[in-house]
Amino acid sequence: MARKLVIIGNGMAPGRLLEALLEQDREAFAITVFNAEPRVNYDRIQLSPVLAGDKCFDDIVIHDDAWYAAHGITLHKGLAVTAIDRAAHEVIAADGSRAAYDELVIATGSRPLLPPLPGRELAGVVTFRDQDDVDTMLAAAARGGRAVVIGGGLLGLEAAAGLAARGMQVTVLHLAASLMERQLDAAAGYLLAEALRGRGIEVVTEAETRALLGDMRVTGVELRDGRRYPADLVVVAIGIRPNVELADAAGLAVARGILVDDGLATSDPAIHALGECVEHRGQCYGLVAPLYEMARVLATRLLGGTASYAGSTLSTRLKVSGIEVYSAGDFADGEGREEIVLRDAARHTYKRLTVADDRIVGVVLFGDTRDGPWFFQQLREGTDIGAWRDTLIFGQHHQGDAAPDPSAAVAALPDSAEICGCNGVCKGRIVGAIREQRLTTVEQVRAHTKASSSCGSCTGLVEQLLKCELGDGFRVDAAPPMCGCTALGHDDVRRLILARALKSIPEVMQALEWRTSCGCAKCRPALNYYLLAAWPGEYRDDYQSRYINERAHANIQKDGTFSVVPRMWGGMTTPAELRAIADVAERFGIPAVKVTGGQRIDLLGVRKQDLPAVWAELNAAGMVSGHAYGKALRTVKTCVGKEWCRFGTQDSTALGIRLEKYLWGAWTPHKVKLAVSGCPRNCAEATCKDFGVVCVDSGYELHFAGAADMHVKATELLGNVASEDEVLEYCAATLQLYREQGHYLERMYTWAARVGVATIRALIVDEPDKRAALVARFELAQRHAQHDPWAQRAHGRESREFQPLARVVRARATA
Amino acid sequence: MNGPAGDWLAVGRVADIPRRGARRVETPWLTIALFRTADDRVFALEDRCPHRGGPLSDGIVHGTLVTCPLHGQVVGLESGRVQPPDPGCVRSLPVRIEDGRVSVGLP
Ligand SMILES: Cc1cc2nc3c(=O)[nH]c(=O)nc-3n(C[C@H](O)[C@H](O)[C@H](O)COP(=O)(O)OP(=O)(O)OC[C@H]3O[C@@H](n4cnc5c(N)ncnc54)[C@H](O)[C@@H]3O)c2cc1C
Ligand code: SF4
Ligand code: FES
Repeated sequence: MARKLVIIGNGMAPGRLLEALLEQDREAFAITVFNAEPRVNYDRIQLSPVLAGDKCFDDIVIHDDAWYAAHGITLHKGLAVTAIDRAAHEVIAADGSRAAYDELVIATGSRPLLPPLPGRELAGVVTFRDQDDVDTMLAAAARGGRAVVIGGGLLGLEAAAGLAARGMQVTVLHLAASLMERQLDAAAGYLLAEALRGRGIEVVTEAETRALLGDMRVTGVELRDGRRYPADLVVVAIGIRPNVELADAAGLAVARGILVDDGLATSDPAIHALGECVEHRGQCYGLVAPLYEMARVLATRLLGGTASYAGSTLSTRLKVSGIEVYSAGDFADGEGREEIVLRDAARHTYKRLTVADDRIVGVVLFGDTRDGPWFFQQLREGTDIGAWRDTLIFGQHHQGDAAPDPSAAVAALPDSAEICGCNGVCKGRIVGAIREQRLTTVEQVRAHTKASSSCGSCTGLVEQLLKCELGDGFRVDAAPPMCGCTALGHDDVRRLILARALKSIPEVMQALEWRTSCGCAKCRPALNYYLLAAWPGEYRDDYQSRYINERAHANIQKDGTFSVVPRMWGGMTTPAELRAIADVAERFGIPAVKVTGGQRIDLLGVRKQDLPAVWAELNAAGMVSGHAYGKALRTVKTCVGKEWCRFGTQDSTALGIRLEKYLWGAWTPHKVKLAVSGCPRNCAEATCKDFGVVCVDSGYELHFAGAADMHVKATELLGNVASEDEVLEYCAATLQLYREQGHYLERMYTWAARVGVATIRALIVDEPDKRAALVARFELAQRHAQHDPWAQRAHGRESREFQPLARVVRARATA
Repeated sequence: MNGPAGDWLAVGRVADIPRRGARRVETPWLTIALFRTADDRVFALEDRCPHRGGPLSDGIVHGTLVTCPLHGQVVGLESGRVQPPDPGCVRSLPVRIEDGRVSVGLP
């Protein structure tokens, strides 16, 4: 006589288990299945396409009533098992009926997590687990309106895309900083968010839900920071929890899931479990691949065989039509791990392999996922990829192909993109000239279009355009790359940021095909500056990409303390300021006070946590940050000029103060120092500064590009002007030109040597329109830059930069 | 000086450490730098660069590395090893995260 097999649950796992059992032995068991859901066996993962309208329920049925009848299986639909009587070897169902078993299989799956949020019981709040949930969502979608999806993981995003396809206005609220953070790295998460936004779905990250709003029906969602999002439907998809209660009540060993061994036996050898309800070797799964493997093993075991389950390596694919996302293994970076990254800006793709010991350990693909299964196979088989490492990322069918074309980023530019900023020449004109005039060199392009004839920062792009047009007939002498993350030089990166309106670091990295996922300590600060300079007021400064001095707004010293230098406009101070400085130094036990070469006072040895309080006191006495720590405008050194000195020709001190008040706060590629001397005796040493003014009887001599750092370099003459206003104008124009063209960490004199002193002089002195435009751009940037960073921080901004996370005082651990 | 070896010290919430950044924890035995990577992993190192004692918690965090603010040596967050060609190693401490709260195992 056949032995009695009872199965609790009829989800995807039992579906597979039954197939595997029947394949091997149709007669071994008399089978009874209880399912709380009032349905036959269906493909739960296809609920997403059902929601989106790509499929209907009938399409996703796996085994219908006829199938159960044909195989002699008793299926109780809509009947839950409420208890297991292990002593009697019986299960008890909700209607009081009992069923005896020789073998029992628990496959109760899992249920959506619903956190204890206020308002979670309101009508219009749903989870996404079964056909009933889909029906509820479809009914809501038919009425239109707004949907909020809480949770930007796989399920939440499939729900969001489905509801958007059904015509709802959808917002996704996600707790982490990037979407699907368990499956995707930050770079792919960023691309995914952009792709969803492109479909009209609003994506909000770092969004912590505090409450669901409404009386009877839900009307909105409120975040912890107070932001509110109106909603007619709220889908909560923040995770799942295994259904273990039944097993727990029966006295089986349970942790997060029902504990099973490699044979899928629970702590009672007559009872097995599989699917999402189990915990195996500390792991609970939420995907079908592992439970298919479990089903095969369990079928063999139930029939007396010896298969065993050793855990699964997972791969995931997002099922949103038109958005390809694939992930497998462990993609986190770490020591001993390397990443191989390939981005294609034109095709919006991103591929990243994480490699350890010449083996793939993680895969993240966005945009083109065709090679996902192949990479996954190499990962699971532990293939040694050392020999084909260089071409691996191109995938299975491209082994042996050439490396991708570095001019792709330029080829992708529209004809209207401006290539030469100085002369306003766009790509279309250059390409047109190359074709019509049969140009073959950068010199010829310069002669015919004026592109690259001024500052030269677009030379790299012009070369790339020639290469696109002429192919191998043109050889590019590429500028040295910015860092190991890219083949592009600084100039190209800066021009492309403007030409393609790139507005964030992740956007730059994708559009310019960075070879790393998140950049390095070299390119991140540079990109942060370039974006800040390109989009004043619009770009959000990324503090974590800044060097500590600019993050803490003070200079780090060799012992980890900081130095503080308040601004002294033009080197002038007052008794009140000096008194305040003296008080601060005493109150905070600041060990050293020094007069600097830049005519101001340096407080050395300030503890980091004291900085905001020190600044508050200096602010109270009217002093602001001197930016002595920044790649920024530092000091304007002056002499006493004609107010006091018998040789003085102009009021050099007042001019210095005017200059400093006009220029302070500006971020620059490297530090910038100024000086104003009242006569050619030059007591302020103006001729070794980045910008120097020497007053003469007839007006002002303007100098630039000097330095006294590792190199001592005298300035170059820029020109002569007659009024103070013109001094400010010429100085701002020069500074702005340097801000726009300088490579990050390039001093003004290195920039001038690279671009050419004569070129700069001609542009500033001989072209009043361009000069005026530079000044206008400088002043626009200043509107957003002239906020005292000390005052902001003294009032609590970025406070965690200065406070330790914890301070343990007593010699006792609190664990 | 050694702390009460083997004890776990509750130090605060993951959310209070900036992503791609660090916070300090001051104890009577040593100062600890707690790092949080872009993908929300947390690592603990003694906050003293082996080169000349720089505060690693003030460095730039990239991937699972930190660049020391004083002279730019690069230290691995997991092992505490200074990356070649520079020699040296910082003490690394075990980290436990429960419900978003961080504890550090004392050496
Ligand atoms: C919308 C959606 C999309 C998904 N997409 C994917 C995907 O793309 N790829 C992927 O790999 N995975 C996906 N999954 C996950 C996948 O569906 C699950 O891993 C799988 O369904 C789990 O199978 P299971 O048999 O363990 O549990 P389930 O399929 O949940 O089945 C459990 C069944 O047991 C019943 N039950 C529970 N308690 C009792 C009881 N006491 N008595 C009787 N019956 C009971 C339940 O009603 C339920 O029908 C998706 C899930 C959802 C909801
Ligand atoms: S530079 Fe000329 S004006 Fe200024 S202090 Fe020296 S001598 Fe006097
Ligand atoms: S102290 Fe860290 S690099 Fe020198």
